[in-house]
Amino acid sequence: MAAPAKMPKTGDVPAIQITNMNKWFGQFHVLRDINLTVYKGERIVICGPSGSGKSTLIRCINRLEEHQKGDILVDGIALTNDLKKIDEVRREVGMVFQHFNLFPHLTVLENLTLAPIWVRKMPKKDAEAAAMKYLERVKIPEQALKYPGQLSGGQQQRVAIARSLCMNPKIMLFDEPTSALDPEMIKEVLEVMVDLAESGMTMLCVTHEMGFARQVANRVIFMDMGQIVEQNAPEEFFSNPKSERTKLFLSQILH
Amino acid sequence: MGSAPKTSAYLRTEEAPLLPPPISMVGIQGWVLANLFPTIGNGIVSIVAGAFLLWMGWGILDWAIFSAAWSGDNREVCAAEGAGACWPFVQSRFAQWIYGFYPIDQRWRVNICFIIGAAALVPMLMPSMPHKKWNALFLLIAYPLITLILLTGGHFSITPAGFLNAVIILALAATFLPLLAFGIEEGIQSNRFGLGLAGFGILVWLASFVIGSSVWHSGLGSFSPGSIAAAVFIGAGGIFGIIQLRGTGSGAQAWRNWLIGSAVLLGLMLILKFDFGLEPVETSQWGGLLVTLVVAVTGIVASLPLGILLALGRRSNMPIVKTFSVVFIEAWRGVPLITVLFMAAVMLPLFLPEGVNFDKLMRALIGVALFSSAYMAEVIRGGLQAIPRGQYEAAQALGLSYWKMMSLIVLPQALKIVIPGIVNSFISLFKDTTLVSIVGIFDLLQIVTTSSNDAKWASPQTGTTAYFTAALIFWIFCFSMSRYSVFMERRLETGHRR
Repeated sequence: MAAPAKMPKTGDVPAIQITNMNKWFGQFHVLRDINLTVYKGERIVICGPSGSGKSTLIRCINRLEEHQKGDILVDGIALTNDLKKIDEVRREVGMVFQHFNLFPHLTVLENLTLAPIWVRKMPKKDAEAAAMKYLERVKIPEQALKYPGQLSGGQQQRVAIARSLCMNPKIMLFDEPTSALDPEMIKEVLEVMVDLAESGMTMLCVTHEMGFARQVANRVIFMDMGQIVEQNAPEEFFSNPKSERTKLFLSQILH
Repeated sequence: MGSAPKTSAYLRTEEAPLLPPPISMVGIQGWVLANLFPTIGNGIVSIVAGAFLLWMGWGILDWAIFSAAWSGDNREVCAAEGAGACWPFVQSRFAQWIYGFYPIDQRWRVNICFIIGAAALVPMLMPSMPHKKWNALFLLIAYPLITLILLTGGHFSITPAGFLNAVIILALAATFLPLLAFGIEEGIQSNRFGLGLAGFGILVWLASFVIGSSVWHSGLGSFSPGSIAAAVFIGAGGIFGIIQLRGTGSGAQAWRNWLIGSAVLLGLMLILKFDFGLEPVETSQWGGLLVTLVVAVTGIVASLPLGILLALGRRSNMPIVKTFSVVFIEAWRGVPLITVLFMAAVMLPLFLPEGVNFDKLMRALIGVALFSSAYMAEVIRGGLQAIPRGQYEAAQALGLSYWKMMSLIVLPQALKIVIPGIVNSFISLFKDTTLVSIVGIFDLLQIVTTSSNDAKWASPQTGTTAYFTAALIFWIFCFSMSRYSVFMERRLETGHRR
């Protein structure tokens, strides 16, 4: 069972600090005045209607998207145009995508060892040993020598999670990790994520899996129209939403 | 509604048996029936087309083998009524088609080049052979050097001033090493003094060209106070640059790379200058298949990396890089190859300063290489565009730098997609080499044309046989490339699913 959900207390160490952050796509103001502090070991679920800026927000955290105003500090490193700083942040932050984005020309094992070997300069043997360890953790060590195209969606997503873990990230970002999966495969991916949450990983997760949110999140954030509308501990959030927009959203997704 | 049939419940109680396929699907008989005579119409087409193929095949066989003249010393055997191919003529001229006017007693040098090339290329092309890295290094660095020296005779005239120029360039590179090691801003900061010295040195050097009196005029091939002063300043800048590198990991790496690069450059110059005692052979004496292969291989080897760089440049976010790539690609693609060759052979010497003169074949090679790299760039760009954004994002999210992302993730996939396009370009380049005959270089086709006009062998079949042979040689090379590309495509197939 997951550690009991709790809201952050003062004295916790911040992993991510976002202050007054704004972002535009051309003329479109996609993220408006975002303020968010994520503490080490927190497990945050971000939900909201499509187009609300959830994905964009977490993609700003590893600079896949550039913000235009305000500050983002990841593990104490400020994200600016400085490529070195960006690379430092990316080494510490793992990301899992909706469409897995595995490298189709490499085997599963090569997918996992590529970044440790080329970015962390790890010897190949060590990288492979670590990769096998993580493949066992996501329960597919027997697929190591296959190509991603030969795996099912759920297996691919678990490989993608293992690939991120191979870099020993301090923070994991999940961008709708189960949205592209068939129903029977969602469970196997969620199990891996629950396992990860229980190990104390700092996680930010954009998802509509409310069961997952209830089980592992210690904070749920609701976004709409590029703003953080409401955040609360999951019990409170689901049983007693404060804003009208949250109530409307919850009534639409929870039947 | 009451009359609608009820859906009845159903439960299978017995397994349906597994049966062998019907006779029409198996064996030769099944294949013929299914593929050649599935309907009456298709059957008629099969018979007519088959008859045509047999007739064509018999015609070619009869001409090339059964009615052909196989031995003889002059035109008489070939001029006979109803004679087929004139092989004695091909036999008597074949060596010339291969070597051109390369001195007969020196042809062993060409043979060695062919043999080493084949011996190095074959294991390179076989995926199961080990040591690909060393094999590639040999093919790309050592082999061109060996061929250059063997074919020309080596012993290039590199003056001491030439070495001075090389040292100046290396010192200049050393001045910029901190920028490479520490990033641009920090690098400039740490080696401001060295960069200043080097910049001043360059100004002095350029000034010495511009002033150009007999005392000051340095040119690239002679010593002058100007060039010596420049060397001193730039050299000092380089030393300051190297001093900045001390004691840092990335600095040590940059320093090591610089040392290797310097050693290679100066070593190359020394080797090229060295007198191996080979008789010099002018490139105007080269010809035939030798020239065709030199032009084609140079074009192929140069166009792939240049094309990759241009394609990446064209998709770059940096406006200057992008503009340069677009202008380069469109300029070269916009002109016919013949124009390029004429420019290289006839116009370029007019623009070059007096005394600067480089080889006609060399100029044609550069023209062909740049021309084909522009085409290659567009082929590769097509592949780059087929790579989904997610691949870039996943690579970035893992912390890969731009060049690592490109070389490890994007290019391997993009190049694989465009293998047919790349090989198409290679094949068309191989055949386009025949155009160098326009500027008086005797490639295979040109030498075949010339020799088939020989009065000693004049007969209705001489030219036909000569061109047939030339076509066969071209076809063997092009078809090999084509088959190899099919093989690679299959081998690299990893069951993509996006």
